[in-house]
Amino acid sequence: MEYLVLVISAVLVQNILLAQYLGNCPFLGVSKQMETALGMSGAVIFVITLASVITWMIYWWVLIPLHLEYLQTIAFILVIASLVQFIEIFMKKTMEPLYRALGIFLPLITTNCAVLGVALLCIKNDYSFGEMLVFSISSSVGYALALILFAGLRERFAISRIPEPLQGTAIGLVTAGLMSLAFLGFTGMT
Amino acid sequence: MRIIREFTKGFTTELTPFRLVLGLCPTLAVTTQADNGLGMGLATTFVLVCSNVLVSLLRHIIPQKVRIACFIVMIATFVVAVELLMQAFFYPLYQRLGIFVPLIVVNCIILGRAEAFASKNPVMYSAVDGLGIGLGFTLSLTVLGGIRELLGTGALFGHPLLGASFEPFGFMIKAPGAFVTLGILLFLMNLLTSLGRKRAH
Repeated sequence: MEYLVLVISAVLVQNILLAQYLGNCPFLGVSKQMETALGMSGAVIFVITLASVITWMIYWWVLIPLHLEYLQTIAFILVIASLVQFIEIFMKKTMEPLYRALGIFLPLITTNCAVLGVALLCIKNDYSFGEMLVFSISSSVGYALALILFAGLRERFAISRIPEPLQGTAIGLVTAGLMSLAFLGFTGMT
Repeated sequence: MRIIREFTKGFTTELTPFRLVLGLCPTLAVTTQADNGLGMGLATTFVLVCSNVLVSLLRHIIPQKVRIACFIVMIATFVVAVELLMQAFFYPLYQRLGIFVPLIVVNCIILGRAEAFASKNPVMYSAVDGLGIGLGFTLSLTVLGGIRELLGTGALFGHPLLGASFEPFGFMIKAPGAFVTLGILLFLMNLLTSLGRKRAH
């Protein structure tokens, strides 16, 4: 039951994109087409989950015993950057089709603040291993949900008449605001 | 002369986050109040100037292939320094900004300036570039925070301005307000630019 609340809260109520503003640059960058949005979503779910597990272990098993908590930012970003690189090499060797589908999105993920953000939130909220796992999976699923919905909306922009100064990012942001308003409606569900 | 140009471009052609749509996450997240925006902007400026100077000093030493990793380590070092400084001297602000202080590491503006400017230019210009872009970012954040705070709570920098009869527009300080306000500001800037261009013709 506790986990179910955590899932609903992370996917809908506290959606990392629309309620916590994490990972907005790729959100506006890759959401112009459904296909790239799907690729990015897959890569994000994979990397956020793996990165949260590894940074959680590093924090509790390495940094805490050595009293180096203040180094968490630098340690986490290094872990994430090398993890992304490692996943890229590993996937290229063993999972060729998946690599081709996700390939170009992987390097972009290093600077996606949602990855570091979720890792930091897991530490800040003092999650246990199980809670951390559930939280990171559902947060990234929430990210994917918002990204795919938004890409669907954005594909429509191509065929609608938008005033020239509003084109591009401006209308994207206003649309994201309206979507965020819709997600605000889930407040109070948990 | 060039120094002045490198400084002022941060407020005109390369004003982040409006002209270059970079660094959106902190822009949207911390601008519920004008002073949060100001604090976040200044913290980012500090990291940006320091990392630009260091990247520029080491630009002939860092091997091309591993440069991004090196930049990230340098930026992360300065971010940790800012985190510790803020904890020591500005603790309430540090608590309000929350995880967005460590997240300065992944602010694309900083890595972007290191890669596009500091790794190719001398130290003096890089420092001025960092300062200009950083202060432009601070200005944008403060203005955005000011608008949202004024409409959302009727106050500016914590001082009530609009009187007791003003009904606060709660939408503005919630998440959707951030997206919509930034979108509308971007629209106004595009509109002004295109009007200016028409007049020039």
